[in-house]
Amino acid sequence: MNAPPAETSGETGERPGDRHAAGLDGARRLLGTVGFYTFCSLVLAFFSVPLLWLASAPFDDTPSITASLPSFTLDNFETLLDNRYALRSLGNSTILAAGTGALVVVCSALAAYALSRVRLPGRDALLYVLLLLSSIVTGTAAMVPLFNLAYELDLIDSQLGVILVLSGGLLPSAVFILKDFMDGTPRSYEESAQVFGASPLQVMRHVVVPLVRPGLATIAVWSVAQVWGNFLIPFLLLRSPEKSPAAVVMYTFYTEGGQPDLALISTFSLLYSVPVVLMFLLVSSRYGFRFHGGIKR
Amino acid sequence: MATSPPDPTLPAGEERAGRGERPERDAAGLGRARAAAFVVPALLLIAAFLVFPALWTIYLGLTDYRLTGLAAVDPQVVGLDNFERALDDDGFTNSLGLTLQFVVGSAVIGQAGLGFAIAWVLRNRRGFGRRLIEAMVLLAWILPSSVIAFLWIALLDRDDGTLNALLSTPGTAWLLEHPMLSIVVFNIWRGTAFSMMLYAAALGNVPPSHLETARLAGASSPQQLRDVVFPRIRGHVLTNLLLISLWTFNDFTPFLLTGGGPEDRTEIMPVFIYRTALFGGELGFGAAISVLMLLINLVIAVVYVRLLRRRKDPA
Repeated sequence: MNAPPAETSGETGERPGDRHAAGLDGARRLLGTVGFYTFCSLVLAFFSVPLLWLASAPFDDTPSITASLPSFTLDNFETLLDNRYALRSLGNSTILAAGTGALVVVCSALAAYALSRVRLPGRDALLYVLLLLSSIVTGTAAMVPLFNLAYELDLIDSQLGVILVLSGGLLPSAVFILKDFMDGTPRSYEESAQVFGASPLQVMRHVVVPLVRPGLATIAVWSVAQVWGNFLIPFLLLRSPEKSPAAVVMYTFYTEGGQPDLALISTFSLLYSVPVVLMFLLVSSRYGFRFHGGIKR
Repeated sequence: MATSPPDPTLPAGEERAGRGERPERDAAGLGRARAAAFVVPALLLIAAFLVFPALWTIYLGLTDYRLTGLAAVDPQVVGLDNFERALDDDGFTNSLGLTLQFVVGSAVIGQAGLGFAIAWVLRNRRGFGRRLIEAMVLLAWILPSSVIAFLWIALLDRDDGTLNALLSTPGTAWLLEHPMLSIVVFNIWRGTAFSMMLYAAALGNVPPSHLETARLAGASSPQQLRDVVFPRIRGHVLTNLLLISLWTFNDFTPFLLTGGGPEDRTEIMPVFIYRTALFGGELGFGAAISVLMLLINLVIAVVYVRLLRRRKDPA
């Protein structure tokens, strides 16, 4: 269940002279071990208790708000299949996430590569201003003009509009993080590729992309996860329920109409959560989450 | 691949010139012009859907634009009236105070503190226990916000909530009786993963030999933290605080939990804007508040960047 306690054995070569000190030391170590396990249990409890319901309710034949051991059934998933919007909204989420992910990865990779290899005037200032803007503007602060802009461009109730708006918001951070990855890769490969007459786009595709694949994977997963969970932008820009992604549809499940249908909500939550979790597991086992780049200066 | 840049086939001479200036940096023979072409698609998207709306917000803040009625058709520029009104408005000052509580409580103290504590405690551990804890913390971070919001509504429910069952406090309506505390704890739960991962990576950069030396010299854990660890990860701490402060400041998720209520007791800034601008229809006034919010964000960012800079000077 838990990691073996470190430092409890070894290195206490007990000599008669400092038995008292060793005793104190032992007591302190015991206290430390107890404290360690208490802390770990508390953290584990804090983070897992809210999730219990998600694990139990979908399989309970009479799902209630309380998390409890279920009397096992799969009937709830039929309720889900019967709902007109449920599965469709997951498809919509996929479209939005895949579209945004592809756009963000391609654009940010190109930009980050150029910014990493060529010193364009005002590069660093530009990066910082954009990063600042992105964490500030995305979402709420620019709600009103985003709505107006989408209206003027005829992008209201269009999934393309949502993809473009989300990409614009995610790109600065993506470029910023990827540039750090690119900075960390050696240039000698590119130089030799160039000597053999590869064009910059070819160098990019065959030399740089394989080198920074963990970075690209990080960005792809990050942007897909951001879009998959995003509520505000599709809530703002999409009108018809047929086009709404899971985040918005799920919200309507528990706010509209008196009694929430717990069988539907719980199964839908689970189905909606599984893809992000799977994606996360896949990527972290394959590439490991590289967190050193991008964030530190 | 559909969005590869419009490659302007440049005259070779120009490219040469660009490369000639900094031959050692330009490993791929990109040249300034082509480099610019690589940057353009990203910049266009950012300009259209990030910078432009931001500037538009500033303009709207100066008008009496409304969602409906006469002012919707023909908005008039009213200058700084909206800003004066906002600063006098009780709703605004209330919301500002709540936002500060929310940011300081849940991000600066909660997420950063808990994230660091977890990273510090687990720093030398490997194996199942560590992976389990990290997985749980990460799960809270990666699940979609609509799902998370409902999980917490269920957890905190007055009649059947799991929390009341666990604490044996039946009938406590957490979201009504302690709304601010609820969303603060909620946000700590939701966002600690980022700080944990960042600090875990940062602690990996502290040479174990330094900690060992300090320990042999008799330094206690708090002393080790203060004298050995903290000076080395100061940059990480500041970057972490900057990012989580800004994220929390602009977070809309509490709306899914409380809708800003009861009354206006959890009406943090983003929710206040949403209620004023799109619910109340006062788009101009809402935009003015957005601008004020941008300014506050800017102040936060500048303070942190200053602190970051200072790190380098004395050393």
